[in-house]
Amino acid sequence: MEIDYHKIGLKAGLEIHQQLDTGTKLFCKCPTTLIDKKESRFSFNRYLRASKSEMGEVDEAAREEEKYSRTFIYKGYDSTCLVENDEEPPRELNREAIDISLEVALLLNMNPGDEIHTMRKIVIDGSNTCGFQRTALLATDGRIETEEGLVRVDSLCLEEDAAQKIETEGNAVGYSLDRLGIPLVEIGTAPDIRTAEQARKVAEQLGMILRSTGKVKRGLGTIRQDINVSIEGGARVEIKGVQNLRLIGEIVKNEIVRQLKLIELKDALNKRAARVEHRIEDLSKIFDATSSRVIKKAGGNVFGVCLRGFSGILGTEIQPGRRFGSELADFATKYGVGLMHTDELPAYGITEEEVERMKRTFDATEDDAVVVVAAERERAEEALKAVLRRVEGAMRAIPEETRRALPNGSSAYMRPLPGAARMYPETDVPPVEIDEERLKEINSKLPETFEHRKTRYKEKFGLNDELADKISRNVNFSLFERVMDSYENLPATLVVRTLTDTLAELMQEGIEVEKLEDRHFVDTFEQLASNAFAKEAIPAILKFLVNQPETSVDKAIEEIGLIADMEAVEKLIADIVNSKTDFIHAKGARAVGPLMGVVMKELRGKVDGKVISKILEEKVKEVLEDG
Amino acid sequence: MMEIREGDRIRIKKETDSGVVVYEGIVMPTASRNIVIKLDSGYNIGIRPGNAEVEVIDREEVLTDEKKERGGVLNKTRKEDLPILAILSTGGTIASKVDYRTGAVSPQFSTEDILEAIPELGEIGNIRGKVIYSILSENMRAEYWSKLAAEVYNEIKNGAEGIIVTHGTDTMGYTAAALSFMVQTPVPVVLVGSQRSADRPSSDAAMNAICAAKVACSDLAEVVVVMHGSTSDEFCFIHRGTKVRKMHTSARDAFQPINDIPIGKVYYDTNDIEKIRLEFFSAYMKRGEKELELRAKLEEKCCLIKFYPGADPAILELFIAQGYKGIVLEGTGLGHVSAEWIPGVASAIKRGIPVVMTSQCIYGTICDRVYDTGRDLLHAGIIEGEDMLPETALVKLMCVLGQTTDMEEVRRLMHENIAGEIKGRSMKGCIF
Ligand SMILES: [Zn+2]
Repeated sequence: MEIDYHKIGLKAGLEIHQQLDTGTKLFCKCPTTLIDKKESRFSFNRYLRASKSEMGEVDEAAREEEKYSRTFIYKGYDSTCLVENDEEPPRELNREAIDISLEVALLLNMNPGDEIHTMRKIVIDGSNTCGFQRTALLATDGRIETEEGLVRVDSLCLEEDAAQKIETEGNAVGYSLDRLGIPLVEIGTAPDIRTAEQARKVAEQLGMILRSTGKVKRGLGTIRQDINVSIEGGARVEIKGVQNLRLIGEIVKNEIVRQLKLIELKDALNKRAARVEHRIEDLSKIFDATSSRVIKKAGGNVFGVCLRGFSGILGTEIQPGRRFGSELADFATKYGVGLMHTDELPAYGITEEEVERMKRTFDATEDDAVVVVAAERERAEEALKAVLRRVEGAMRAIPEETRRALPNGSSAYMRPLPGAARMYPETDVPPVEIDEERLKEINSKLPETFEHRKTRYKEKFGLNDELADKISRNVNFSLFERVMDSYENLPATLVVRTLTDTLAELMQEGIEVEKLEDRHFVDTFEQLASNAFAKEAIPAILKFLVNQPETSVDKAIEEIGLIADMEAVEKLIADIVNSKTDFIHAKGARAVGPLMGVVMKELRGKVDGKVISKILEEKVKEVLEDG
Repeated sequence: MMEIREGDRIRIKKETDSGVVVYEGIVMPTASRNIVIKLDSGYNIGIRPGNAEVEVIDREEVLTDEKKERGGVLNKTRKEDLPILAILSTGGTIASKVDYRTGAVSPQFSTEDILEAIPELGEIGNIRGKVIYSILSENMRAEYWSKLAAEVYNEIKNGAEGIIVTHGTDTMGYTAAALSFMVQTPVPVVLVGSQRSADRPSSDAAMNAICAAKVACSDLAEVVVVMHGSTSDEFCFIHRGTKVRKMHTSARDAFQPINDIPIGKVYYDTNDIEKIRLEFFSAYMKRGEKELELRAKLEEKCCLIKFYPGADPAILELFIAQGYKGIVLEGTGLGHVSAEWIPGVASAIKRGIPVVMTSQCIYGTICDRVYDTGRDLLHAGIIEGEDMLPETALVKLMCVLGQTTDMEEVRRLMHENIAGEIKGRSMKGCIF
């Protein structure tokens, strides 16, 4: 679907969360490393309770959900302390984290505040043991330039990362405490982004600026993006937890499509004079002898409601792989129940006849839809009430909400947009005054600009304009320098191509190159520099390392079957040549061409083609000279 | 610069290298020399007044302090089948409210506010609240114990079927011991507090209070402390008021029984208060077994001195010169002070000032018969504090001296188990 961004009036903003690579956590002296969950030394259980005022303005659905108290189970380690357990007051704000954040703020042309105050932001999903996230606003009023125009950077906050959710079982949610308290910067842009493409570029640019400090964490899960999207006639929707930069454009597009579709559905419903009946019927009797596993699992309890004039609406696709019915199902899921509707039935082992009887219970015509959930009465009723609220909302407007990014670029309902009044001062942490001298010092040591770096690369490594530009803007620029400084005999062009084009190609093939760490590249180039394999084999080695990141490069070379031993290569070529002496005598020097094909069949990807060609030429010459 | 006041909505224009930055928000209280404002985003930020142009854009008239109710109110709808529980507040908060505009946290003491924060309490009993003190527990004084004991006594006399005393945790052990000696009670008297402040969703205040209320409805008629039994929100321990000590600065399970086991345990359930159940581990005084009696008189001029290697014996003399009437020593090991101290101890006792020996080991029983120094102390007339906590021994000595100054009677009462303070039978007993 081609989108006319100007016409729909897209306004999008980004919020980027990046872990900092500090020695200790933001409010305690624990290390900022993640631990194998098996290393957990102890666990404890907690509940959280928040008053209405602490939650700010929340909608009915969220309030319903809140009533349902969950148990949080926390796993602790030797590398976590009483601060993470919420058994001890936090220490003072980590100075190293403040310095890194200030550096990022200056790179984004922001204005740091003079005195930093740590706040408590209420979060009661258990991801913070204390029931709030500690966060401090460090700087405001920045900007970055993009080809499509200026994007204002409104805020940079320094905050603590949340505990990692590891399992959910019924009413209990398990979290791991190793991640809790790792410093993060949260960078928020104004809603100045006008196209999906621009959104992706802004995210990339921000990511690169962060990495240019050399003081942020890298690897999967160390950076997370949230996007807020609104279009004219639509609503402000925040999509959380995008881990993959490549998906950002896709997510923006899909959200626009979703909102446009919902507007269409709303108009269609109003035209049809559709309406919601609040009568919840017990349909269990219909399923006395059902063969549906879903229903049998729920003890045969089925409850339903009738949506007049909704036939066909629930089955309408609004995002890749998601129908309007999926939106409703998100609400039922909050109560731990699955949802089914007549637009998709018969299915799930429910028969045509059972569907007919369901419809008959409500005197439903073919214009109507019936929505059912399989669960015991109390839970079923609460789930259906939440679904009905969402349906009624759909006839009025698109709801403002927080959504969760899904791996295919679509999104699912998560919770209502949080209200603004959820923050209060963290009295356990004293404010920090930003020293003007310190700020000047940081300012004087900022990483170099792209332009400067590009010129330097041209001079130092003899790169042409295109390649110098490419690598100086690439996130891997410092890795490039490191490799070039360590292995001077490697051609700069090859290293640049590997770190840019090769990675891009692998990414297109769907290889998760994000899993590669600096050490993988350094080791690969080290082996290459010592002629352990031919440059043609670089992609094969990187692919191998993505799948087996713990394997060393020399082991990888062996496993793939790359030939490092040039004597063996020479022998192989000599054998082929010796078996074709007649052919060589017949063809003379022109035999090299066809023989090259035969040799390459054996050695492709394992030895540099040029090297093979040279050896082959020599051997052929020998045969001819020998007569 | 125009005078600004807390609560004003102001605009600050600040000159920077890259142009003018504008901040707008509400002026917050601060101790710093910078202007601290709450931005519309909810964040607070401080701005140096230099180079800044400040403009007041809105000034709200400050509302006077919200009504501070001083208690005595029953639940609006009294439930006949539920017992009457009196919540006496001394300053430890089990409920608090946050003003998001100013960020101020205000502890809540009125019955309504407590019930709003912890509605479960209203399902456990007919709650009536009363504020006795609003002080931090480190500011507690012996004279306040007397008043509190009298209030507890009055509440019981006026029909309360269970008493809950909310208390700051720092000195809760002392108050628990004091009430144990001063009030002979026919109903439960439960002290409760929180280690993590009530203004956080993870606070232990609500669970502790709910468990305390359950204990206050039980048939246990003793002064007890009910606090978290572990770091998890799973159960609370019921500690005997004379045998419990705060053993951690911040953890939820800071309160530990010393030289004893807890009386029992309260298994908590957040979703269903009906499922909260009590389990008892040892014998206890039953409801109605003892007559209500108040012994509120205290000799406040008692002190607790910790001995350390090389401690100057003149320390003892200083206290006596200051008019102290009773001394508890926290000695080393089985109950020792250096030989230098012995003449001072003997002289104090000769002058009618009882000296009680306890141990800084905290765990174990005093036994001065083992080593020479001990035997010399006994000879000097020291009163062995048995397996009493030093703090409990101090409070007990105040109570005993409130009743008698006769040295032999003091000695007898200090050795007598009055409120569970002397177990008498320790598992790792005195070695002969
Ligand atoms: Zn820690």
